[in-house]
Amino acid sequence: MDWQGVAAQLFGQDHAIVADGDFLAGTASFDGAPIAIVGTTNHAAVGVDLALRQARCILDVIEHHPGRPLLLLVDTQGQKLRRRDELLGIHRAMAHLGCCVDLARRRGHPVIGLVYDQALSGGFITSGLVADACYALPEAEIRVMRVPAMARVTKLPEALLESLSLTNPVFAPGVANYVAMGGVRSLWDGDLAAGLRAALADRDTSDRRASEGAQRGGRRVAADVIRRVLEA
Amino acid sequence: MSLSFAEMSARERLAAVVDAGSFHEWLPPSERVTSPHLAQLGVPAAFDDGVAVGRALLAGRAIFVAAQEGEFMGGGVGEVHGAKLVGMLQRALRDRPAAVVVLAESGGVRLHEANAGLIAVSEVMRALLDVRAAGIATVMLIGGANGCFGGMGIVARCADTVVMSDIARHAMSGPEVIESSNGAGEFDSRDRALVWRTTGGKHRWLTGDCDALVDDDPALFRAAAIAALATHRPMTLAALQQESALLQRRIELDAGSADAFELWTRLGVVEAQAVPDIDAAQVRTRRPAAVAGLANGAA
Repeated sequence: MDWQGVAAQLFGQDHAIVADGDFLAGTASFDGAPIAIVGTTNHAAVGVDLALRQARCILDVIEHHPGRPLLLLVDTQGQKLRRRDELLGIHRAMAHLGCCVDLARRRGHPVIGLVYDQALSGGFITSGLVADACYALPEAEIRVMRVPAMARVTKLPEALLESLSLTNPVFAPGVANYVAMGGVRSLWDGDLAAGLRAALADRDTSDRRASEGAQRGGRRVAADVIRRVLEA
Repeated sequence: MSLSFAEMSARERLAAVVDAGSFHEWLPPSERVTSPHLAQLGVPAAFDDGVAVGRALLAGRAIFVAAQEGEFMGGGVGEVHGAKLVGMLQRALRDRPAAVVVLAESGGVRLHEANAGLIAVSEVMRALLDVRAAGIATVMLIGGANGCFGGMGIVARCADTVVMSDIARHAMSGPEVIESSNGAGEFDSRDRALVWRTTGGKHRWLTGDCDALVDDDPALFRAAAIAALATHRPMTLAALQQESALLQRRIELDAGSADAFELWTRLGVVEAQAVPDIDAAQVRTRRPAAVAGLANGAA
C-alpha cells in the first residue's frame, strides 16, 4: 500500500501530510485529536539529509506540541551508500534521529512506528525500531540486506541463504517473522484505524521485544540470556 | 614500546583499560552461551559469542564493561551477543554503577543472524539510551582494527562520550560495501588515505563526532575512560537542537564537495592538508572552536 492509501484509511480526508521527494511530514486528526506524521516514501535511501530532516520535524513537534502523538511511516531501502554521507557522519545523523525519537518518548509523546512498505536495516533502526512499538502492514517486508549482497559479505553460498530466506524466520523477509521474533508488535490487518487506536492506547512503553519474541517462539534465546546476565 | 590497542584481543584490551585484575565476567566462555543460528550455516560458534560483559573497577570506581571481539565474525551483533549487552545495560539501570564502558569493535548487525541481529542492535540502542537518561556515564572506546560500523556505529554515537584512536574508524557502511554498490569511483576501498580521512579518528575529532582522540595505546584509552567517568551530557531538547544545527551547518559547508580537506578547511582547520601526516596530539589542537564542546550536541 502507498502512503496515500495508508493516510486515507487512517484519516480519511482529514490530514495534511505532504511528500517532498522521499520525505513525508504533516499533521492529521485522529479520533478528534491531532497526530504528527513523519516518515519516508519511494523506498527512500536514508542519508544525512533525510535523517536530519526527519529529526528536525520531530524536534519541532516536541517544542511546539508537547505530548502530541507521533506516527513514523517507514518505507526505506536502507542507508544511503555514498562516500559523502560517510564523510558527513551518517552514523551520527542516524543516531541523532534515534535520539530525537527517544527524547519524544521520554517527554511523553506516544511514538508509533509503522512499516507500510519495506524496511531495510539502516533506514529503520533509528525510526520504527526505536518507537514505543513498531507495527507493520501484512504485505510489508523487513530485511537486513538483500540475499546477493548478504552472500557477498558473509561469503556464504547464495543458494543456501536463498533457501533459508524461504523457510527460516531469521532470514525470511516477511513481517510475520518479525512479529514472531518480537521486533514488530502486531500487524495492522484490515482496519488500520483500529490498529492505530490500539497502539495509542498501549501506554506500557517498556521494551518488550525480547520477552515477546520468547513467548511467540520466534526468538528463543535473547530473553533468557538477558535474564541470566541480570541474575549472574 | 607501548602496546597497540588495535592489535590486542577484546579481552586483552578490557584487562588493560580497567583496574588490574578487577574484571568479573558474567556468562564467561566456560558457560558456553553460544549462538543458536550459526550451526545451520556450518559456521563455528564462539563460547562467548564474541563479547565479554561484566563488572570492574576503573580508577577505583565501580563500572560495568563490555568488549566486542572483532576477530569473531567482525564483532557482528547476533542474538546472544546483543542480549549480553542488553542484560549488562539493564543491570546497570538496576545497580547504578558509575559508568558503562563499551570497547566497541563491530561491523554492526551480524548478517548470519539477519533479522535477529537487527532487532538485537535496536534493543541495545534503547537500553543504552535508558542508561544514559538515568545519568550513568556511557562511554564508547573505539580502537579495534575492524572499526565500529553499521548499527553499532549508530549505537556508539548514542553514548555520552566517544573515544577514538587516530587509526580507528567510526562510520555506517564499510567502504567495500559502498564500492560494491556504487563503484570504486564513488569510494575506492583500497585507497587507505581516502578511507581514513573519510571515516578515521582524526576526521571524527575535527568535525566534533568524537569527544577524545588518543594514540593507539591502551594506557591512553584507559586515561580517556577515566576522564569520561565525570562526563554526563543530558539529552535535552536544547542539546538536540544544537546538534541538529551543527550537522546542518556541516552539510552546508560541504556544499556537495564531499572532500575531507575542503570540509576541514571550511570548518576552520588550519593547514588541513597536513592533517594526515601529523600525530594525534597535534590534531587535537586543531579542532575548530565551533565544533568543540558541541561534540555530542550537548553543552
